Amino acid sequence: MSTVTHDHDTAHHGEHHHHAPSGLKRWLYTTNHKDIGTLYLLFALTMFFIGGAMAMVIRAELFQPGLQLVQADFFNQMTTVHGLIMVFGAVMPAFTGLANWLIPMMIGAPDMALPRMNNWSFWILPFAFAILLASLFMEGGGPGFGWTFYAPLSTKYSGDSTALFVFSVHIMGISSIMGAINVIVTIFNLRAPGMTWMKMPLFVWTWLITAFLLIAVMPVLAGTVTMVLTDKYFGTSFFDAAGGGDPVLFQHIFWFFGHPEVYIMILPAFGIVSSIVPTFARKPLFGYASMVYATSSIALLSFLVWAHHMFTTGMPVFAELFFMYCTMLIAVPTGVKVFNWVATMWKGAMTFEVPMMFALAFIVLFTIGGFSGLMLAITPADFQYHDTYFVVAHFHYVLVTGAIFSIIAAAYYWLPKWTGHMYDETLGQWHFWCSLISVNMLFFPMHFVGLAGMPRRIPDYALQFADFNAFISIGGFAFGLSQLLFVWVLVKCIKGGEKATDQVWEGAEGLEWTLSSPPPYHSFTTPPEVK
Amino acid sequence: MSKTYDKYYVPEQSPWPIVGAVALFMIAFGAGNFVNEVTRNKEGYGGYLLLAGVAVLLFMLVGWFRNVIDESMHGLYSKQMDRSFRQGMSWFIFSEVMFFAAFFGALFYARMIAMPWLDGASNNAMTAQLLWPDFSAHWPMTKTPGGTETTAMPWQGLPLYNTLILLTSSVTLHFAHVGLEQGKRTQLKLMLTLTVLLGAAFLACQAYEYVHAYRDLGLKLDSGIYGNTFFLLTGFHGLHVTLGAIFLLVILLRILLKNHFTAHNHFAFQAAAWYWHFVDVVWLCLFVFVYVL
Repeated sequence: MSTVTHDHDTAHHGEHHHHAPSGLKRWLYTTNHKDIGTLYLLFALTMFFIGGAMAMVIRAELFQPGLQLVQADFFNQMTTVHGLIMVFGAVMPAFTGLANWLIPMMIGAPDMALPRMNNWSFWILPFAFAILLASLFMEGGGPGFGWTFYAPLSTKYSGDSTALFVFSVHIMGISSIMGAINVIVTIFNLRAPGMTWMKMPLFVWTWLITAFLLIAVMPVLAGTVTMVLTDKYFGTSFFDAAGGGDPVLFQHIFWFFGHPEVYIMILPAFGIVSSIVPTFARKPLFGYASMVYATSSIALLSFLVWAHHMFTTGMPVFAELFFMYCTMLIAVPTGVKVFNWVATMWKGAMTFEVPMMFALAFIVLFTIGGFSGLMLAITPADFQYHDTYFVVAHFHYVLVTGAIFSIIAAAYYWLPKWTGHMYDETLGQWHFWCSLISVNMLFFPMHFVGLAGMPRRIPDYALQFADFNAFISIGGFAFGLSQLLFVWVLVKCIKGGEKATDQVWEGAEGLEWTLSSPPPYHSFTTPPEVK
Repeated sequence: MSKTYDKYYVPEQSPWPIVGAVALFMIAFGAGNFVNEVTRNKEGYGGYLLLAGVAVLLFMLVGWFRNVIDESMHGLYSKQMDRSFRQGMSWFIFSEVMFFAAFFGALFYARMIAMPWLDGASNNAMTAQLLWPDFSAHWPMTKTPGGTETTAMPWQGLPLYNTLILLTSSVTLHFAHVGLEQGKRTQLKLMLTLTVLLGAAFLACQAYEYVHAYRDLGLKLDSGIYGNTFFLLTGFHGLHVTLGAIFLLVILLRILLKNHFTAHNHFAFQAAAWYWHFVDVVWLCLFVFVYVL
């Protein structure tokens, strides 16, 4: 089958040579980076709505104080699985999908370096999430210990679904590691002649560093879940003081994975925004080299800050101070990035199409999330904020208005390239404004209820938080509904619409815009010369 | 076919990845159920599903590698493709390093931080007095705060022999590689066979050591943090040695039966060798930190 050889004349042969297979087989057996990218993106979108539906359950329960709709146990399962799905099922696969679609086109490669493994990394995911979701329906319910699965919640006090949770995380990890290896090897080995390191688009740079982080920390997560498994089922006591272990050990190992993980979910977003802002400001990116160095230093620092998630769990003061200062250091390279984006727009000839709107919203709202992160980094202040809604507000600002907004921006930005059609600008603007207003109704008041002391992950709350929570829930429902507009725009754009030009955007630069819209099945069969 | 293939080879389509995904699903879902069944003494199909998954995975690996070997033999691969494989394998080994790092991290934390704290170090004097008055910090932790007692595994004897066996196997593997590169096929076959045998000997000793630990020393997986780290670290290492030995065995069979690999084209051999040297290095760390110190 694969030994079939073609005549390999140096003459250019078009896409017709590789007859794209059709039907179900095309998607199951595919080795094509664009098909796999599409699969990743559609999967992420599906998971985004499933995880979103769980968020709706959470917000419906929290609409009023007291328990109305669901049992406390089920509420815990919703917060847990919502987190797991959004992190591992929505944000990460969406970024991997973008990487698959874009990296070969951006560096002038025919495909990803290891195309079959690419397919394998994708197809593991639907199965992994099928297992996780199926565990919700088993006796005793699904995992309910929070997406961070702290011991002893996940070891002593968890249900039978824990084993399924552990093994589904294992295969998700295998998928992520293979995907990351593929990205790194593609970037190292398949760049077109002349595409030197410091000519690579920032999206490629940020993904290269993200992939390194993934390979470094996903195995640590695998180790963590393995210890949870043996502690729960086989009598080990890694996280049990009676056997000589320590529950705090769990948090150290988990967050050694977990903190780089949050940068895994934001570095590609930096790359996306760094692609979009120059296009619509019609100016080259300000401070390209400093962007590369800033990304690298954020990645390095991410290995030295994990314990800022556990200031209240008991650590020597010296350790608390070390982690506090390292965490605050991250504000420097992040500040460099925000400065560069703003400086790129300075005196630019700006237009405000939907991708740019989402990118601008990203810059402002991600910065809010960054600043609340800085507040949380201050150890004594964190004693007050820890495990309150302030933390929930913080990480939703960086993940929803950060990561998710950048993914949406990327979808609008490259959709005309992918489909060959322009999306509906009016509908897109509606989607943007509805999302922007509702997302702030949803997450901004969480800062206040958090500072006032409302704990996170609790299905019930004190009466004084009632008005704020009702308001937050309305924002949540509105944000959820707004995303249906996004689906409408996507479907419309895939089915048809105004024909997109090759360059699509007046100010767009980069190899992917030199290809036709939609691009040929194999991007660059012969590598382009990069000047 | 006389032309050199200078384009990057992109396979058309392949059924193997989806088969592999199904296999991993069966393994994960099977194992998830099996763990519950075996620890709760329940009847179930988890174990069978797990075994079937492993079988499908093996089937997939054989099919996939057969395709890759065919493609390579037909000259479809370029130097660039070879680099992709090498880099991919290197990063895979790096991910394995990080997997072991998690368990070594747990060992160091338990030993250097958690154990002294349980005995009242730092600011924990009162807590230790109240919770674990009888506990005193000592590594190997032969008596846990909860009172479980066990015996430590000495490094002299079997573990030392195992270290020598594994180190020797790395040397023989190196000579096999030299033989391959210089076209001395007999040296290659002899040295590679020796390597696989040494690997098998290591595993046999390790299996005996586990029996010895359980039967004579009372050192068990649930004997507190010392037993936990001992069995998980040596266990995962043993698993990797097993995989590495199978990997080398397959390479050996390809050499003996099919006369595969040339002095210049032997990525699979190289990958197996890297993997073997990697498990060797992990063992050295294990020997020092788990057994000796």
